[in-house]
Amino acid sequence: MPKLQSLAEFEQWRVACRAQRDPDRPCLAVCAGSGCTAAGAPDVLAALRKAVTRAGLEGSVDIKSCGCHGFCERGPVMLVWPEGTFYNRVAARDAGDIVANVSNGRRPVERLLYQDPITGARALREDDVPFYARQQRILFGNNGKIDPTAIEDYLSVGGYTALARVLSQMTPEEVVDEVKRSGLRGRGGAGFPTGQKWEVMRQQPGTPKYLICNADEGDPGAFMDRSLLEGNPHSVLEGMIIGAFALGASEGYIYVRAEYPLAVKHFRIAIAQAEEHGLLGQNILGSCLNFRVHLVQGAGAFVCGEETALIASVEGRVGEPQQRPPYPAQRGLWGKPTVINNVKTWASVPVIINRGADWYAAIGTAGSKGTMVFSLVGKINNTGLVEVPMGITLREMIYEIGGGIPGGKELKAVQIGGPSGGCIPASLIDLPIDYEALTEAGSMMGSGGMVVMDESTCMVDVARYFMEFLEEESCGKCFPCRKGTQRLREILTRISQGKGTEEDLSLLEDLGWVVRETSLCGLGQTAPNPVLTTLRYFRDEYLAHVREKRCPAKVCRELITYEIEPTLCDGCHACVRVCASDAILGEKDQVHTIDGAKCIKCGACLEVCQPKAVLVH
Amino acid sequence: MPKLTINGIELEVERGTSVLEAAQFLGLPIPTLCHDDGLTPYGACRLCLVEVGRPPRTKLQSACTLPADDGLIVQTHSARVERARHLLLELYVATCPQSKTIQDLASRYGVAQVRLAPEFEDCIQCGKCVRMCREQMMAGAIGFAFRGPRRKVMSPFSWQSDVCRQCGACLYICPVVELRCHGGQPETTLCSGCLNFAPACLTYHDHAMCFLDPCVACELAGPLRQDLVQPTPQREATRK
Repeated sequence: MPKLQSLAEFEQWRVACRAQRDPDRPCLAVCAGSGCTAAGAPDVLAALRKAVTRAGLEGSVDIKSCGCHGFCERGPVMLVWPEGTFYNRVAARDAGDIVANVSNGRRPVERLLYQDPITGARALREDDVPFYARQQRILFGNNGKIDPTAIEDYLSVGGYTALARVLSQMTPEEVVDEVKRSGLRGRGGAGFPTGQKWEVMRQQPGTPKYLICNADEGDPGAFMDRSLLEGNPHSVLEGMIIGAFALGASEGYIYVRAEYPLAVKHFRIAIAQAEEHGLLGQNILGSCLNFRVHLVQGAGAFVCGEETALIASVEGRVGEPQQRPPYPAQRGLWGKPTVINNVKTWASVPVIINRGADWYAAIGTAGSKGTMVFSLVGKINNTGLVEVPMGITLREMIYEIGGGIPGGKELKAVQIGGPSGGCIPASLIDLPIDYEALTEAGSMMGSGGMVVMDESTCMVDVARYFMEFLEEESCGKCFPCRKGTQRLREILTRISQGKGTEEDLSLLEDLGWVVRETSLCGLGQTAPNPVLTTLRYFRDEYLAHVREKRCPAKVCRELITYEIEPTLCDGCHACVRVCASDAILGEKDQVHTIDGAKCIKCGACLEVCQPKAVLVH
Repeated sequence: MPKLTINGIELEVERGTSVLEAAQFLGLPIPTLCHDDGLTPYGACRLCLVEVGRPPRTKLQSACTLPADDGLIVQTHSARVERARHLLLELYVATCPQSKTIQDLASRYGVAQVRLAPEFEDCIQCGKCVRMCREQMMAGAIGFAFRGPRRKVMSPFSWQSDVCRQCGACLYICPVVELRCHGGQPETTLCSGCLNFAPACLTYHDHAMCFLDPCVACELAGPLRQDLVQPTPQREATRK
């Protein structure tokens, strides 16, 4: 395909792409996101291909490997177009039935449809599933429709029309203004108004100007940026090209973690395709816009998600942050004006241009507009990626979309915003999720990690775990972050071992305060959040640890003992077989006892005991 | 020329002046550990924090890295700043209780009690030596290696660097140097050998961060010193 030289040629190509697609032609779109791949999506794909060949339907049924659909808990999931039938927990052996039903009157395979765990009713389409019904997927919606490696697919769902519109009808000022009016705020965590950032950037003298897409997603358990890059890389690229036009940038960089090989691969393909078609390079679509995009792989340091550290890393220096000001918009990459936005922020730009700032601003709350993507993980029934309008309450998020807590347990807390987000207690469940409300509650929007914890979670242990992570990930440049996180972790470890005192709690508060107030970059400034919020909302749990030397959630190993209740034990020997430290005594069919001196409190006996005779004190 | 307000005093400074320099011009004492007039600002020790902005929307920022800008409102000794410095110094003393510079600063800020266990670290990673070596001595023989809790100053791969001219500037500028090289002195005394450019060297301390080789002080002292510098059990324990 020759390079597109003008908007007219682009329009021709787009129409041709759409015309090639028969809207009635069946298409089996299997999710090949990380979750579904782990659950066996590649086998399903191979089986489907085989089944199609066997049924002699090659050429009349399409098979697509798509990006993440979000419902990872029920993976592998797939959609059958054009009806949009949604199948979950698909296995390779189901392939024959799926293909047979597609060719035979297109009736859904009943057993693969999503079944409501309470009512038992089957849901035919994604929208009928409660997990999807409350979502508004303006960024992730196309993931189930397109093959991320085919630019034609992206075009057929309206891709690059925003770029064409910008090039033909808008001035750079109008684009910045549109983004400003939309109320879009940075989706990387801090929530700085994107339009304002762009305006500052536009006013900067000096050329060249640079754009950076921050895809250094380092939070444990978060995979939003990854899924978007894997599933719809062109949407991010289109956002960047529009940004280049608006900001007068000539070069762009995308900084992706090397741990995301598929995202790297798909984005490289997207860049190559865009270059081939003249959507990147010199005189894009015949306009005077010149823009190139380079892909840089990060080595996996959490701190490189901070923008000044990211710039240092792109330049080949050690990934350590620098004090702002000067802000990157004033002096960024190679000392030139640079704007850095998150993957989701860039992907939101084409949506805003296409559907208008007013439409976008109508979603969400007064201060937080649009949708936010969360990775919903932890003790929750429906694990996965969810895209919701801002302002949705935690209750809707957990009980309607998330399907509640498994095992009928009580919700205890939700940690929002990645490792340095705060823990919000169950009592604040009606809190609306927007930037201001979360900050006020001591947490933050962050990049959108959401870890649900139930009553079996010890909050001291949670704080200790995250402190350990942050101590390890602190770059070590500024003193309070390097030493403060280490000391906080030490004190928390001491408390969880039952060696803490009440003075330790005020010391934790003081240290937390000083690390938050005085650290150089965002990592340190938010690092004490898990400690400070758990102290604020779960103080009695800390007091139980230091005063009574007791762990109410029965998690901290040094503070619990395992015991076998003689009246319940049936002497089945199951616990003796699993005990790794030979701590359980007693012959078969006799009552067993645990030798406290040998017991390492791993909990293996608790799991295997059928009559529930193992007790934890 | 930018006009700013520091502690209610309006002043006009040259463009490019930092808030720290402006405050020092007014004679306001702002403690620093990582700043030196001849070196680029680093902003790592965080002691020079000042409160910037119009209340209630204020923010703590390091004065050494903050350019004096038009309309800036700065408080150098507000309650928030004082509390931050106090707690930071408590953390500094706990990390490096043997440093005289840190002890002096701590007592000036009224740190009477340290609630954290002492660590006896040799280095606070202020980065002065690294910048001195690169910017003033034009050598770049030492730098930071590793990350986070393992980050430290060292020569490349811990070998004597080819570009090191053994000028001793790194030792001269170090704020915790009084005991950074443990000299040939007993535990209880401060060596201060570096002050007259006669530092003890690595021959006797595999973990002392002396980059001079051979070291004049040690050569002068000869083998006599060896028995004096046996590592004490306590120091060994804290190092592990």
